[in-house]
Amino acid sequence: MVGLLAYGFRTDPRAVPSPLVGRPAPSFTLTTFDGKTVSLESQRGKVVVLNFWASWCYPACYEEAPALEAGWRQFQPKDVVVLGVAIQDKDPASLEFIQRFGLTFPNAPDPAGKVSIDYGVYGVPETFVIDRKGVIRRKHVGGVTEAAFRESVEPLLAESASTGGA
Amino acid sequence: MTEPVRRGTTGDSGPRASVGRARRRAGLSVALLALLVAVGVPRVGPAAAVSDEDVHAIASQLRCVVCQNLSVADSPSEMAHQMRDLIRERLDAGDRPDQVKAYFVQRYGDWVLLAPPARGLNLVLWLAPFGAVLGGFVLVLILVRRWRRAPDIVTTATVPAVGPADRERIAAELERLAD
Repeated sequence: MVGLLAYGFRTDPRAVPSPLVGRPAPSFTLTTFDGKTVSLESQRGKVVVLNFWASWCYPACYEEAPALEAGWRQFQPKDVVVLGVAIQDKDPASLEFIQRFGLTFPNAPDPAGKVSIDYGVYGVPETFVIDRKGVIRRKHVGGVTEAAFRESVEPLLAESASTGGA
Repeated sequence: MTEPVRRGTTGDSGPRASVGRARRRAGLSVALLALLVAVGVPRVGPAAAVSDEDVHAIASQLRCVVCQNLSVADSPSEMAHQMRDLIRERLDAGDRPDQVKAYFVQRYGDWVLLAPPARGLNLVLWLAPFGAVLGGFVLVLILVRRWRRAPDIVTTATVPAVGPADRERIAAELERLAD
């Protein structure tokens, strides 16, 4: 009993382990704020950083936005795609957020919440790192730092290079 | 089908015979309607509407992921609202309730179920109450047995025997009381 309590108290009650890590990423097609269609399938072969955010998610989303933008700028030439999905947000507020941080990677709203539920999202920010084969390899809960971005992306880039790609 | 019902209930207007017929027809259609409801005919058609109860039945078993201790059915949050819409949509598309639940478990893990499945470490949760009741019962049994045996030990071990000197003294005291 005591052992159980000790175990229970040491785990974070708000941390929900994602059963999706190691599984194929659920497919989706979204329309970005600037009207372009973006699907996960069209990014196959690239490492995808899928970030769920909201303009009301302060401060974590505000802290990670510059890191995501920096990561996107640094790794875009190396086959990395950053995709932002604004969830439970109002479009004008999302657009203001994008402008505020000068985000240049594609961002799309998820009006019915379908993509976020499909990814088992329970809060913002949450970030999924998807490898070149379309498998979810990592899930970050909370703000992503530049270092965390680099650490989660680099091995996946190297990995597919060593196996010669799919 | 609703027309005869309406005529039957507001039956003052027409001649008597037609009112009677309308009443009969109304009764018949009500019976037919009751039969349809009982048999559950609306579920058979592909265009059958998903009732709020169907959605609620599933939503009440799922944990609202952005709340503390609330089900998807009870939460006013936008996320829960979206989940309820999704449940309805999936039922509408022909998914069975257990398939809908399985979808959420696939995305969020067993954690999303308000009643955790009885397997693995969760078994402790399901079995511990029975274990505790059984343990308590055994404890009570042992204690009751011990208490019932205890008086014998006390009388033989601690109460001193009454000797001739004591008897004499008791008799003397009683005599004094009688005076």
